[in-house]
Amino acid sequence: MKDVPVLDLDAIIDDPNTRIVVCCGSGGVGKTTTAAALGLRAAERGRSAVVLTVDPARRLAQSMGLTELDNTPRRVAGIGGEGTLHAMMLDMKRTFDEIIEAHADPDRARQILTNPFYQSLSSSFSGTQEYMAMEKLGQLRRSGDWDLIIVDTPPSRSALDFLDAPERLGRFLDGRFIRMLTAPAKAGGRSAFKLLNAGFGLVAGALTKLLGAQVLKDLQTFVSALDAVFGGFRVRAEQTYKLLQAPGTAFVVVAAPERDAMREASYFVERLAEERMPLAGLVINRVHLSPAAALSAARSTAAAEDLESRGEHELTAAVLRLHAGRMQLAARESRQRDHFVSAHPTVPVAQVPAMPADVHDLDGLREVGELLAAQR
Amino acid sequence: MSSRDTDWDGVRLHVVTGKGGTGKTTVAAALALALAADGRKVLLVEVEGRQGIAQIFDLPPLPYEERRIAVAPGGGDVHALAIDPEEAMLEYLEMFYGMRRAGRALSKMGIVDFATTIAPGFRDVLVTGKTTEAVRRRGKDGKRIYDAVVLDAPPTGRVARFLNVTNEVAGLARVGPIKNHADLVNGVVSSPETAVHFVTLLEEMPVQETLDGIAELRRVGLPVGGVFINMVRGALLPQATLDAASAGRFDPADLALGLKAAGLTDGGSKATALADALAREVEEHARRTELEHQERASLDAVGRPRYELPLLADGVDLAGLYELAEAICAQGAA
Repeated sequence: MKDVPVLDLDAIIDDPNTRIVVCCGSGGVGKTTTAAALGLRAAERGRSAVVLTVDPARRLAQSMGLTELDNTPRRVAGIGGEGTLHAMMLDMKRTFDEIIEAHADPDRARQILTNPFYQSLSSSFSGTQEYMAMEKLGQLRRSGDWDLIIVDTPPSRSALDFLDAPERLGRFLDGRFIRMLTAPAKAGGRSAFKLLNAGFGLVAGALTKLLGAQVLKDLQTFVSALDAVFGGFRVRAEQTYKLLQAPGTAFVVVAAPERDAMREASYFVERLAEERMPLAGLVINRVHLSPAAALSAARSTAAAEDLESRGEHELTAAVLRLHAGRMQLAARESRQRDHFVSAHPTVPVAQVPAMPADVHDLDGLREVGELLAAQR
Repeated sequence: MSSRDTDWDGVRLHVVTGKGGTGKTTVAAALALALAADGRKVLLVEVEGRQGIAQIFDLPPLPYEERRIAVAPGGGDVHALAIDPEEAMLEYLEMFYGMRRAGRALSKMGIVDFATTIAPGFRDVLVTGKTTEAVRRRGKDGKRIYDAVVLDAPPTGRVARFLNVTNEVAGLARVGPIKNHADLVNGVVSSPETAVHFVTLLEEMPVQETLDGIAELRRVGLPVGGVFINMVRGALLPQATLDAASAGRFDPADLALGLKAAGLTDGGSKATALADALAREVEEHARRTELEHQERASLDAVGRPRYELPLLADGVDLAGLYELAEAICAQGAA
């Protein structure tokens, strides 16, 4: 194994200056479990921590006592030590509704909340979940109720969505097309507007054909209502960005030792560097280790063949085959890790061994936390 | 074209979904190869802009254009198409409304951003529309161009919404061309010509998502296909040994003798230490095997055909794909 800097997660969660930990990575790599385990460990080491999860597996949620998606941090019982742990599941629609209700007078809020476009946007826009996770993160941070917030990012098709979505939503709501939709009402006699409106006529005509006139009208109503409320969605997106770049934020990229997940982790590390976001390191989950690592796959296979050809010790031969398979898997995983390390030699890495079963309770989470921290 | 007796005779659109990390794209590709076997013509479609098909078949990125990418066992062609929602929209506008210029203006104005971001239902209806068009398309002889279309669909959590387009756009477009288009798509995806297959691993979370996904499809009335269990490891140890190991009664003493006989140790303490270490591996393996049995039983409870695909020792490459395709044919899925 190459010489790799070790990711010391205890140092990060123990540092009072660390206020936000963002766990990111592609889907299915154990991101939520990592976030929950870090939260529990931080709490039991004295922090008042809150874990914001986006879409936890049912049993993982149950392991923290979360039974409903109610958008409110709930205290997790059974925490040892001085600290506290809260956990919440993000309800993106409710978070969005709350923003509208907080920023609009009741009439306008009602107008927006009942608009079909708002309903579509708030419940299924491909960036809404990411955006609302960041919005909620901002809210939790501003509340000052917790000294450590651990966020689990949404299971996007690509991990990068999480960085892009807030901006995309902001750009969309702030964009030229949306401006155009709201422009006809405001347009005076200026020639630039005439040009714009000529373009708009063409576009509106096409849209009407495509969607029907009612849809376009709904959209226009929606956009002007929303526009008046926000007057600059992008500003909010930028604030979110700054929060993520600030000292006190630590990004933990989570991966599994497989090609796709590691490639995604690589992209993510590069992307975080580009955006000047503070990267703490990489956690590789589900690493297969062997208690008998000194016995190589090749020797194990050769010995199994030898026993098989002699027709002796059938069971030992089978066990040696099993071991050889495991060593091959370990070697493949190790190559995946080495690829990453060659490309990013300075990124600290922590590895968590594969466990036979999923986490179901606090003890399981505690065990994951211990494994995360125990990096030689 | 010979007619084969498979579990999915009459199905022309195979939708493949699965939780992230289960090998959904791999299974979709192998299924396409299997369906194309013996002189058939199959289209493999991807919709998420990830170029997963190109990666698996070791090809440069696919354009928005149907092209032949592989030859199936026994002759037969697999074609592939990476659907880009923006291109699909422009094509749609031109085909149905002759609006080439307006289409380009829409594109320049960021209208596609609009259509595909504000309402994913619109994007989905464009993508599924293109797919179902390929399913329905007929040649000059009146026969269908493709014997089957395999769609590498979005993950399990999103698939019902993705396919249930009529419902998705209903709130936004109650009448008009989009609505009509959605109805047309719905006519295909909710018919017996379509089957939605699930890819899973024998692990708790993917199995749970599969069960949830099947329940959701049934609720919205979409046709549930089979369950493909991917990356199945062959049984190495006899059941009695596994049972003993699960119960913590696996005796390493015999193992130590075997190791000595194999010349791996000279006996004594080294043999015992190695035997103990290997015994821990056996116990872990036994625990995992037991969990896999439980997961298999939960999958059986949904009463759908189940197929098992082996874990490929060398990872997924072209040879591996053909191996999986063979397993799919052998088990009657194609």
